[in-house]
Amino acid sequence: MHPAYSVIVFTTATGAGYGLLALLGLLAATGATPPSLVPGLVSFGLAFALIGGGLLSSTGHLGRPERAWRAFSQWRSSWLSREGVAAVVTFVPAGLLALGWAVMGRSGAWIAICGLLAAACAVVTVCSTAMIYASLKPIAQWHSRFTLPSYLLFAATSGLVLLNALMQVFGRPSVPWLAAALVFTALAWVLKVAVWRHNDALGMPATLNSATGLKGGTVRSVEWPHTEDNYLLKEMGYRVARKHAARLRLIAVILAFALPGALLVIALLLRGGPAAAFVSVLAAASQLAGLMVERWLFFAEAKHTVTLYYGRD
Amino acid sequence: MTCLPAKTEKSLGLVIDLDTCVGCQACVTSCKEWNTGGHMAPLTDQNPYGGTADGVWFNRVHTYEHEVDGASRTVHFPRSCLHCETPACVTVCPTGASYKRTSDGIVLVDEDKCIGCKLCSWACPYGAREFDVDVGVMKKCTLCVDRIYNENLKEEDRVPACVAACPSGARHFGDLGDATSPVSQLVAARGGTALMPELGYAPTNRYLPPRANTGRGPKVAAPALESVGDAGGFFGWVDRVLSR
Ligand code: SF4
Ligand code: SF4
Repeated sequence: MHPAYSVIVFTTATGAGYGLLALLGLLAATGATPPSLVPGLVSFGLAFALIGGGLLSSTGHLGRPERAWRAFSQWRSSWLSREGVAAVVTFVPAGLLALGWAVMGRSGAWIAICGLLAAACAVVTVCSTAMIYASLKPIAQWHSRFTLPSYLLFAATSGLVLLNALMQVFGRPSVPWLAAALVFTALAWVLKVAVWRHNDALGMPATLNSATGLKGGTVRSVEWPHTEDNYLLKEMGYRVARKHAARLRLIAVILAFALPGALLVIALLLRGGPAAAFVSVLAAASQLAGLMVERWLFFAEAKHTVTLYYGRD
Repeated sequence: MTCLPAKTEKSLGLVIDLDTCVGCQACVTSCKEWNTGGHMAPLTDQNPYGGTADGVWFNRVHTYEHEVDGASRTVHFPRSCLHCETPACVTVCPTGASYKRTSDGIVLVDEDKCIGCKLCSWACPYGAREFDVDVGVMKKCTLCVDRIYNENLKEEDRVPACVAACPSGARHFGDLGDATSPVSQLVAARGGTALMPELGYAPTNRYLPPRANTGRGPKVAAPALESVGDAGGFFGWVDRVLSR
């Protein structure tokens, strides 16, 4: 599948944003962190910027972005529509939370409810994003039991690493949250490697025999209907990144998991201070860059059944 | 509405005979010609006279070699929308632009609602939907809704343009939901198949497999030439002289 930049940015940025938002919601709900103005504003600002930027970017690959509002209408059948609705609904408890907890410094029952609601909505939104891909049967790499857990785990991980960076920057390092970021980064690494191994052994969900209805023997494509690449081959038959898959996977692992992991260990050893804050921010930046490479591969390595008709598999 | 109708009154579709299709592309050009002025018009082309021509087509004819037990044959294979009974191309659509008609089962795109998110083309296993980069919306086969009910056309012309154009009678149009219709009987008689049934889209269109090889045709390879013996007589003398 063609890896459109807009969709790569959309899934990665909103994943991190909703991850961070869910964690802020939980922090507020449990009263684990007392509210304060500047850290609160910056944290919510970052989460909203990631979410808003990601959502805006996703409209970049539309043919008619001015009609994007229509996408809220078909939530009964379409995961893309559900994703849109969930994304907008999330802004309600999240906005109230930012206002009440960060700006007005309130705490109490309604803050807790808003926090829990914001966290729940964020999780639902990330699930919907994952299901857009997981529901597509022609693409075996996406129509897999790994897609939903991957999206959830990557969102939680990048959210935790961002949260740790924020805590360090505002001089409130927390060993449990830092440890959680570290553990989730390791878990995400393990899951990603397992998914790649699973995908490498996957075949197409159909054969050229069943695609043409010609039974038995072998079917070989001898002539295409057209001599130049058409929409189908450009969109569904994209092959550039597959050529460099091994190298790109290594880059993704280093940037998204290995380097942030190492930096977080350093931050843990430093026990706070400007140096710990610096490596924590570096860890978050590196992880986001790595997850973009991972997402690029998620698209580029996905194979669509239409390529069977062109004698490719 | 992108929810699918539980049942359609008719299941209009095509039956394509892979035995008689000669791969002449008449259906392809006829489809383009009609539809670039029809319901989904225009079917734009990019750089049509340059080196990288590309454009929207609803119907594409591939050519395959099917080899069974050492015997092979060439099969021409027209590929277009199969107007599936349970098409995910419709249910994934976030805007309601894609829909399946309850009256005749035809799958259409409302160009005024489509946002061009391309998700439906990802959801179609058969590559039946093509994005129009000029207009920014998705396009697909309409089964010529603007011909089959068109009272301005003569009765015999109220069939899809591809069916009307086919010079070898390889394309048939009718109600595949009605077991007594001519197309359904043709499918039953010839063992017509659905494409990629394992994906569960339940296509309406059927493909008739090439008929079995009768063995009556001439062998492809002629027997090897025998070596010429000594002819004797006058011609033998000529042969010897010329061979010197
Ligand atoms: S062939 Fe493709 S576009 Fe046509 S109805 Fe089936 S899934 Fe939809
Ligand atoms: S490209 Fe248009 S028809 Fe296809 S899913 Fe998107 S909005 Fe619906």
